[in-house]
Amino acid sequence: MDTVRSHIMVCGGTGCVSSDSEKLITLFKEKLSSVGYEKEINVIRTGCFGFCGQGPIVKIHPDNVFYVQVKLDDVDEIIEEHIVKGRIVKRLLYEEPFYKRKVQSTSKMDFYKKQYRIALRNCGIINPEEIEEYIAYDGYEALGKALLEMSPVEITNILKDAGLRGRGGGGFPTGLKWEFTSKSPGDEKYIICNADEGDPGAFMDRSILEGDPHSVLEAMAIGGYATGANSGIVYIRAEYPLAIKRLNIAIEQARELGFLGKDIFASGFDFDISVKLGAGAFVCGEETALIHSVEGKRGEPTKKPPFPSESGYQGKPTTVNNVETFANVCPIILKGSEWFSSIGTETSKGTKVFALAGSVNNVGLVEVPMGTTLREIIYDIGGGIIGGKEFKAVQTGGPSGGVITTADLDTPIDYESLKNIGSMMGSGGMIIMDETSCMVNIAKFYLDFSQDESCGKCTPCRIGVKRMYEILERITKGEGELEDLEKLELLANMIKQSSLCGLGQTAPNPVLSTMKYFKEEYIEHVENHYCRAGECKDLLKYSIDPDKCIGCTACAKVCPVNCISGKAKEIHEIDKNECISCGACFDACKFDAVIKP
Amino acid sequence: MGKVNIVFNDMKLEVEEGTTILEAAKNIGVHIPTLCHLDLEGFGIVNQVASCRVCVVEVEGRETLVPSCAEKVYEGMVIHSDSIKAMSGRRMAVELLLSNHPKDCLSCAKNLECELQSLAQELGIRDIYWEGERLNYKKDTSTFSLIKDPNKCVMCRRCETMCNEVQTCNVLSAVNRGFESFVGPAFNMDMADSACTFCGQCVAVCPTAALTEMDNTGQVWNQLVNPKKHVVVQIAPAVRVAIGEMFGLEPGTLTTGKIVTALRKLGFDGVFDTNFGADLTIIEEATELIHRIKHNGTLPMLTSCCPAWVKFFEHQFPDLLDIPSTCKSPQIMFGTIAKTYYAKKQNINPENISVVSIMPCLAKKAEAKRPELTKDDESNVDIVITTREFGRMMKSAGIDFANLPDGEFDKIMGESTGASVIFGTTGGVIEAAVRTAYEWLTDEELEDVNFKQLRGLDGIREASVFIGETELKIGIAHGLGNARKLLEDIKAGKSKFHAIEIMACPGGCIGGGGQPYHHGDMEVLRKRQEALYIDDENKVRRKSHENKEIIQLYKEFIGEPYGEKAHELLHTHYVARQKI
Amino acid sequence: MSVKSLEELKKLREKSKKKVSLRKDGKGDYIELMVGMATCGIAAGARTTLNALMDEIQKKDIDNIKLVQVGCLGYCHSEPIVQVNEPGKEPIIYGNVDDKRAREIINKHIINHELIDDAIIIETYKKP
Repeated sequence: MDTVRSHIMVCGGTGCVSSDSEKLITLFKEKLSSVGYEKEINVIRTGCFGFCGQGPIVKIHPDNVFYVQVKLDDVDEIIEEHIVKGRIVKRLLYEEPFYKRKVQSTSKMDFYKKQYRIALRNCGIINPEEIEEYIAYDGYEALGKALLEMSPVEITNILKDAGLRGRGGGGFPTGLKWEFTSKSPGDEKYIICNADEGDPGAFMDRSILEGDPHSVLEAMAIGGYATGANSGIVYIRAEYPLAIKRLNIAIEQARELGFLGKDIFASGFDFDISVKLGAGAFVCGEETALIHSVEGKRGEPTKKPPFPSESGYQGKPTTVNNVETFANVCPIILKGSEWFSSIGTETSKGTKVFALAGSVNNVGLVEVPMGTTLREIIYDIGGGIIGGKEFKAVQTGGPSGGVITTADLDTPIDYESLKNIGSMMGSGGMIIMDETSCMVNIAKFYLDFSQDESCGKCTPCRIGVKRMYEILERITKGEGELEDLEKLELLANMIKQSSLCGLGQTAPNPVLSTMKYFKEEYIEHVENHYCRAGECKDLLKYSIDPDKCIGCTACAKVCPVNCISGKAKEIHEIDKNECISCGACFDACKFDAVIKP
Repeated sequence: MGKVNIVFNDMKLEVEEGTTILEAAKNIGVHIPTLCHLDLEGFGIVNQVASCRVCVVEVEGRETLVPSCAEKVYEGMVIHSDSIKAMSGRRMAVELLLSNHPKDCLSCAKNLECELQSLAQELGIRDIYWEGERLNYKKDTSTFSLIKDPNKCVMCRRCETMCNEVQTCNVLSAVNRGFESFVGPAFNMDMADSACTFCGQCVAVCPTAALTEMDNTGQVWNQLVNPKKHVVVQIAPAVRVAIGEMFGLEPGTLTTGKIVTALRKLGFDGVFDTNFGADLTIIEEATELIHRIKHNGTLPMLTSCCPAWVKFFEHQFPDLLDIPSTCKSPQIMFGTIAKTYYAKKQNINPENISVVSIMPCLAKKAEAKRPELTKDDESNVDIVITTREFGRMMKSAGIDFANLPDGEFDKIMGESTGASVIFGTTGGVIEAAVRTAYEWLTDEELEDVNFKQLRGLDGIREASVFIGETELKIGIAHGLGNARKLLEDIKAGKSKFHAIEIMACPGGCIGGGGQPYHHGDMEVLRKRQEALYIDDENKVRRKSHENKEIIQLYKEFIGEPYGEKAHELLHTHYVARQKI
Repeated sequence: MSVKSLEELKKLREKSKKKVSLRKDGKGDYIELMVGMATCGIAAGARTTLNALMDEIQKKDIDNIKLVQVGCLGYCHSEPIVQVNEPGKEPIIYGNVDDKRAREIINKHIINHELIDDAIIIETYKKP
């Protein structure tokens, strides 16, 4: 038997793949062959390490060396120096931004120190396309234990005691949801995994499915047993081809070993999973719209009650849970509810995966215990604001959430506390903004998204959200009036109360939240036609100081839209309606006559 | 069903479990405005999508407002329909709808009949606070029967419910997403290219003018003022029990005589009764049925006087085209006879005859334009107008309909029997056919012409009629969804019927797409139906083959029923069509 | 081949664990074997040493051991060098470790807890 003495783990998450990590794997294998080491070194494609801003990531075992930003040209050096000679390639190690110190092991990195990976436990550690590796790390033990040693009631009780709440944003107690379905009358039941993940910038679920798909499959089977469902469906957005591929491979492998199919673990319980692709609609992340999409109908939500646990897919009792929620189930079964409930806060147990993005140094996926403060996440884990700029606000919850300011940075993260300060946990998106982000523009961005994704069924969302967007457009173009701010707030509050589904009910949140904390910016946009962050292009109008202009025509010559008028030796003028704020005139003027906004 | 205790606007109430908040409100005289909600309880047609958000109320303990039309009460529910929050929510919904609605009420087809207009008036809307972009789609005028204007669609989905769940044509559903959405055929194709049967039920339930009938009154006026034209008009049975509603009379008021007078005032040269054509249809159809029974022909035989049903058949079951009767419909038969027999008798050049039909139906407009229904490049029927259009013509001519004296139909094609009158309701056509078939098969006189087992309003009915020792099994369906069920049975070879009567509209022609709007009130349909049976009872002659003018017609002109000339003039064929 | 009981799953897990045993993250009681793989080491045949150690570890099915290549350990005159780091104990450095010696280290030192006195580089170890 050939002895293998080292594993080269290469991150195969979509982020790193788009930076050629697949090619890295090929090159590693080729180079190893050329030096004759291909039998003793394995190159393994693994899931997301989370440190996406530093990708592509390569980790070498058993040396426990973490290489970042590995390029194709670095392959030769890594093999020749590290693998053959045992000399670590220092320049590819991560460098702590503040102390400028190279760190080799993740346990010493600030990014990782405060993280506690439960949902992401296997990501970066196993090859998601090999079921044996999942099994090596206690895979399918929970399913066996559940089917052979526990009753459905015991399982729902364990989840209730553990305090697991829905990670898709709703925060509904999972154990309770499973209990409702299990108590609903009927022989035909379903369990659905919501992998639609529509929030812009969110990729938690994607990473779990790409890096550890079996954790979801196993949990769905346990859920099926607990609720009385023999069929599971994964509804995954079509824009995740890699996750879909890994999921399908995992399902095949699980079937081969009998973890899906008939008489699992000889317990008499049958369960199988099918995959259904989405078709590009954010609203299909809402559970009733999702169910209708799976049924082949138009993806529109329907009124609740009745809730899916009573009447869902094809009118049968159905449980819909998020990917991350499922990813937490197996550890709870194996390690017990006390272990899980010892992590987190009073009302929110366990951990949460967040996708850190925006103006922060360490961009990527982090999993922290509930109760970690925002400050810890942004500064300790996130490494602070890029370029040393000022923190302005952090947006959580995607298009359904709100902004949080410096005043609330020490809020410990949990479902209730975020809601109390006007935002929400959402699915885990966290966008950090500095002084160059315009709060009005952020609200407009999210509203643009919401009104585009609205299904169009109910009046407040279909027409109301569009009207809100139109008002914001006017404001960012400098055509807003003070009365518009009143209208905006009134409309926002009413849409929240009248809409049929969660999309409409939460679409006004970014507006209400930014208006609450950054009212001055709105007023500046409307009254002074001024955007302090410099983002709203239409408010940045260049102008010419008539006292300094000598009419040299240098500015007019470089203007790409020909909006500067004036004859030679006469004072020039910029047409504010046509000006695109490119700044070419400012650069061209030698007499300081162009005033930059 | 148990009872639950609730508090409604500070009033303590005990209501049946399963009642919606809206129903509970009605019981205590509290009015909550609605828009998308529709409940035709008699036929089990319910549109409860809760999408307009006009009927929202406040329920204590619930974060968001709750749609009262769809939400059922539970024990301890505390409801406020008159709180500021609830009222603001309702008002905002209407204001938003108005902000995306064309402002041409004054010249709109639904002026004074539009439910959105009524809501705006009821809530006292003055300023439309939320101006912005409006939809700007093209109107669809591709068909002969209806006009679709997506810009007036309020996404109530009533037409979708009607077309998909009741009529099972599956032509209408939501198109596009978000602000751009409206209801129409897939890919927003022209209605004329879809499998639409023109049954007009969508028009009957649309709250605004998103779906309205094609208006042909202008063409009628043109014919009437043209000195060269001899304009004859025929009036369908279902019209006479409903037209009075447009002039303040009760639904079901029989106004035949007044109609005749009104038509003469409008200037028609010949005023006739479609029932004449109906009797004619019975002669041919009964003969055909007996022919099939005696000569092992294809059974069951299906009636074919409903053109929406014919088009449904052609699209959905194109491989069963030999089953329906080959008879033309009453209005077409009438038109054919008008331009041949009548023209000859009156010595008028058929080219100068204009046949106008007043029908409760939108599909009849399309039927008149079918290429098979022309003879020598002349349409059997030239123009079809609906009951509503007729009412508007009379109003614009200043006719005081309610107070008109009665008049008599003209001779040659004006006589009709009680059998033809009941054509207007479900069960009527087949009852008329049975009255004639009975006497012809047994050669005995039929004492009691009332075949009550064929009557009623259930969607699918079965009855047996004993003719001598033969048991004729009769099936009846109204509403195309019910028709589909019977057809599936035929396709599967499981059908036990000899004859089946199908009407596309719920209730039959009395509920047609061109009738005065019933706004969901089932009583209106019930009264109209009752009136037809009373009219039938009061007739002297109640069997089609006793119609003297018909007997004369055959003697002088047609010859044998179902004979060669009859086939040439009074029978037609059908066309296989695609589903979409 | 379906897994039909927790026992069968356990067997599969044991087998699979061997495949991923290299991926421990430095947490726990591991014995670390460091092999000098600098230029002098390689020249002296450290590769063979490494492979021999690996082979013997796999053959004897030892779980809690980590084999790491390092650079120059300093004792160039006695290459190939193998340093044994046991938790809680002083590190032991063996010199002139060839294939045979490598396997001896595994069997005697690691499994039987017997030090191979004559192979230890004297300066590094003081006998108690």
